[in-house]
Amino acid sequence: MTFLRQSLAIAAKDLRSEMRTKEALNASLAFAVVIFLLFSFAFDPANLNIDVNDYAGGLLWLAFAFAGALSLNRSFARELQNDCLDALVASPAAPGVLFLGKALANFALLLAVEIVSLAVFSVMYDVRLRAQLGWIIMVILLTTWAITVIGTAFSALTVNLRMRELMLPILTYPFLIPALLAAILLTADLFAGKPISAANAIWLRVLVAFDVIFSLLAVVFIDIVLVG
Amino acid sequence: MREKIMYLLAAAGIGLVTWTLYKVWFVLPKEANVAAYQILYFHVPAAFTAFTGFFTALVLSGLYLGTGNLRYDALAAGVVEVALAFASINLITGMIWARYAWGIWWTWDARLTSMLTCWLIYAGYLILRRAIDEPTQRARLSAFLAILGCVDVGFVYKSIEWFRTQHPSPVLSIRSGGGMGPGMETPIYWNWLAMLCLGTVLVMVRMRQEEISREIDSLRRLAHAY
Repeated sequence: MTFLRQSLAIAAKDLRSEMRTKEALNASLAFAVVIFLLFSFAFDPANLNIDVNDYAGGLLWLAFAFAGALSLNRSFARELQNDCLDALVASPAAPGVLFLGKALANFALLLAVEIVSLAVFSVMYDVRLRAQLGWIIMVILLTTWAITVIGTAFSALTVNLRMRELMLPILTYPFLIPALLAAILLTADLFAGKPISAANAIWLRVLVAFDVIFSLLAVVFIDIVLVG
Repeated sequence: MREKIMYLLAAAGIGLVTWTLYKVWFVLPKEANVAAYQILYFHVPAAFTAFTGFFTALVLSGLYLGTGNLRYDALAAGVVEVALAFASINLITGMIWARYAWGIWWTWDARLTSMLTCWLIYAGYLILRRAIDEPTQRARLSAFLAILGCVDVGFVYKSIEWFRTQHPSPVLSIRSGGGMGPGMETPIYWNWLAMLCLGTVLVMVRMRQEEISREIDSLRRLAHAY
């Protein structure tokens, strides 16, 4: 119980400091919209021969993954000033607590970015959300947690490195491929109005398995990274 | 002693590869219904060797975390380098075969994509190592990455069952395929053994190089001290 309470305290601290500046939030939101804009040049969304719903899942998750890396980069880096990270590691909270708290805060931030940009996206690309809204939310929650857990772990891993901003995406994106692929395929189906059925439920299982396994691994092994 | 083991392993590896080549070119039937299938005898064992290496790196990283002995870390790095080389062999032979059989160099089939993913994950491991100067920090962080990476490789390996794929389905009997003629499967395993021997030799060479460079480093520091 203390584990969860301490994690929530860390998450609240992170969210509070983010809400005061809104640095990462604004940047990643603007970035997501910029990516949506750029995608419109990669193919012609107004072309009637192209069903946007076929591509929308991929576009959406690439934008979310890119926007996510922006805010995840800041997650541990913002603690470097005034040696806050050393203070956090030295605090009574276990490294797993620190990780989980940071992950929860990142999850909330990324989710906020995603909700706003999903609305923008559905308007810009005329995507039908309402038919399968419940499942879409489910897929978004699961995949966002996958991005957050891997991203936060690697954010801790790369925080003291030179080329930090470069290392995080290099490490994160290949790792996320199973989760992102599952999310893209599911989202494409859901946008097309197809429900979760026996044919694509396997991808939901991939997402759940990915989330559970990497959350456990990260919480258990993060002290290697943070403490040594 | 170590020199002798190295030469012995290298000789065994080269001998086994020669034997496989002999089998493939002179003993096995030429006209199978799959085009240029002979490359399989290098393609598949290379993948096996790469995965063996990735798994060995996991064990070595665990050993480092348990003991704090930096030798395990250096060994893990050497093993990943060699495994990555074999993964490249797997990808390249696969591409050559694909060009011959499918008429294209690359297709975004699941198995190809997952092998490339594996390759990128461990390339990331090596890039990470280069970005850290302090040895113990480097060892800790890369051990963490090796643990997570190996689990990701597990996802990748299972993926063939999850993905719709155009990659030829597994034909080896251990994967309950069993579609290969009698006597056609064994050379794969012998060649795997050959590649393991050669891979071990490469790791040993790499370790020696590492030791020598450390010695040069300490000599240089000694020289500076005067």
